[in-house]
Amino acid sequence: MAEMQIKPITMNFGPQHPAAHGVLRLVLEMDGEVIERADPHIGLLHRGTEKLIEHKTYLQALPYFDRLDYVSPMNQEHAWALAVEKALGIKVPRRAQYIRVLYCEIGRILNHLLNLTTFAIDVGAMTPLLWGFEEREHLMGFYERACGARLHAAYFRPGGVHQDLPDDLLRDISDWVKTFPSFIDDMETLLSENRIFKQRTVDIGVIGEEDALSLGMTGPCLRASGVAWDLRKTQPYDAYEEMDFDIPIGKTGDCFARYLVRIEEMRQSLRIIDQAIVGMPSGSVMTADHKVTPPKRGEMKQSMEALIHHFKLYTEGFHVPEGLSYTAVEAPKGEFGVFLVADGTNKPYRCKIRAPGFYFMAAVDHLSRGHMLADSVAIIGSLDVVFGEIDR
Amino acid sequence: MTETEMMTDTNDDQTGQSLLEAMAEHIRDSGAGMVLECQVVQGEIEVKVNPSSVASALALFRDDRQAAFTQLIDLTAVDYPDRKYRFDVIYQMLSMQNNMRLRLVAAVGEGQAVPSAAGVFLAANWAEREVWDMFGIFFSGHPDLRRLLTDYGFEGHPLRKDFPLTGHVEVRYDDTQRRVINEPVHLVQEFRDFDFLSPWEGMHTELDGADNTHDPDKTAK
Repeated sequence: MAEMQIKPITMNFGPQHPAAHGVLRLVLEMDGEVIERADPHIGLLHRGTEKLIEHKTYLQALPYFDRLDYVSPMNQEHAWALAVEKALGIKVPRRAQYIRVLYCEIGRILNHLLNLTTFAIDVGAMTPLLWGFEEREHLMGFYERACGARLHAAYFRPGGVHQDLPDDLLRDISDWVKTFPSFIDDMETLLSENRIFKQRTVDIGVIGEEDALSLGMTGPCLRASGVAWDLRKTQPYDAYEEMDFDIPIGKTGDCFARYLVRIEEMRQSLRIIDQAIVGMPSGSVMTADHKVTPPKRGEMKQSMEALIHHFKLYTEGFHVPEGLSYTAVEAPKGEFGVFLVADGTNKPYRCKIRAPGFYFMAAVDHLSRGHMLADSVAIIGSLDVVFGEIDR
Repeated sequence: MTETEMMTDTNDDQTGQSLLEAMAEHIRDSGAGMVLECQVVQGEIEVKVNPSSVASALALFRDDRQAAFTQLIDLTAVDYPDRKYRFDVIYQMLSMQNNMRLRLVAAVGEGQAVPSAAGVFLAANWAEREVWDMFGIFFSGHPDLRRLLTDYGFEGHPLRKDFPLTGHVEVRYDDTQRRVINEPVHLVQEFRDFDFLSPWEGMHTELDGADNTHDPDKTAK
């Protein structure tokens, strides 16, 4: 009998698919049930953030960062605030640094809670999602009490944070910190030793150290492949230097390792939150340089100079000296970087946003080749992709 | 190198700076012929190369034992329309071994091709597609240089400085044709772009030469 050539089937996965974590159109070339090639079509959420930022002042550009990875907004703002501070050469008060670290870690838990639980629902476990969202609700409450918004915070500003924390917020956060470990334990009883969960994730989407580096993987996905690299430790920014925490790394580089790394990162984040609350210094939360930061409301009623500063800051903004800089933070997903080209005016000449998820998405083809169709769902879930930051 | 060692490196500005200088020196030596310029600017190593040697320079810095820039963190471009070589293609590299970052810059003219780095770093594949999409810089030897972020059938390169913020076309669902159609952008109000580089900021306190005389009509204006 003559050999028969079977044409691979091309299949569309998304853009309206709950397991695609947003607007991903994945074109899969299938040989039966096996993926031969995966071609992600991204950009369905492209809003031209970088172009818009070129037309905004440095302060007006900040809220765009909330809208990138909308699961952990403040971590993104942090990168922008640090980038502008670096370009301006200003220092941030210690209390503001501590508040930033505190809220970055809350953001990390927010992010990991969403990712781990939606990952679980992708592979068939529904309960963690329902539990996890209850916890996220507490955390978003903390966001709201600090800055008035549950999601799009615009709280971290160049020079510090916008306003001080209300009186009893720290106490409430520390109460919550005491309850959260038992939640993680409960969630782990549902997943970590769960036969179905392990069958779906162990040895799926394995990525070795060398490939992970070459693919530009960062964050938990890189650490799950055994690379001990975390910018909070290696290139510490703000108050991270003073915090005592560990960096979990995985050994196998599969979906399950990525899950485990994130679980442990949540526990470490709790340690940091605890230390940030205990060590929270008193003092101001914004630099006093009113060429960069706005004066207090009350001051404006009294002082003509303060009024002028306020007016100038919110119309013209501040001018940033000419130069190129790259600033990166360890966002929950990985290295989130801002490459800033300043030309001495009040608007950035160019702002490139390095989103960790972009490179994860690029790795999907590499990771899912030779796997079954259902595994592609597990792989996307474990990579932790959010399209706000991938498409920008 | 342990983490504590690396931390002391970055913390101590003095040693950090000298380490960067040493690395810059090393790059100048090892990349002879390729490296046009290498300097430490505000704590970051900046290396300028010709666009034709971009891929080989990336491979060199990655494979060099001492440099070991094993990760291509990001790839982007900047548009300077007034320059002869209009674009700067910029590669951000990271060396975990030395805890250092390096920025590779290549000035590229319009229509000039840059050799693709997709063979050196897998990460360059999509990053180059994005730069092609956004700036229209062609990467020769790229396995699959398609548009990435913009819509199917999009025309133009949005991040070029001569591309308007509003774009050229807008989409809407047309009820009669029962499909989404593209139309030229219709702005209800003229695009507003305020020039804040006002003369007020740098107002001359001294009057210059000829107009030095006191003229009440002029000052009244």
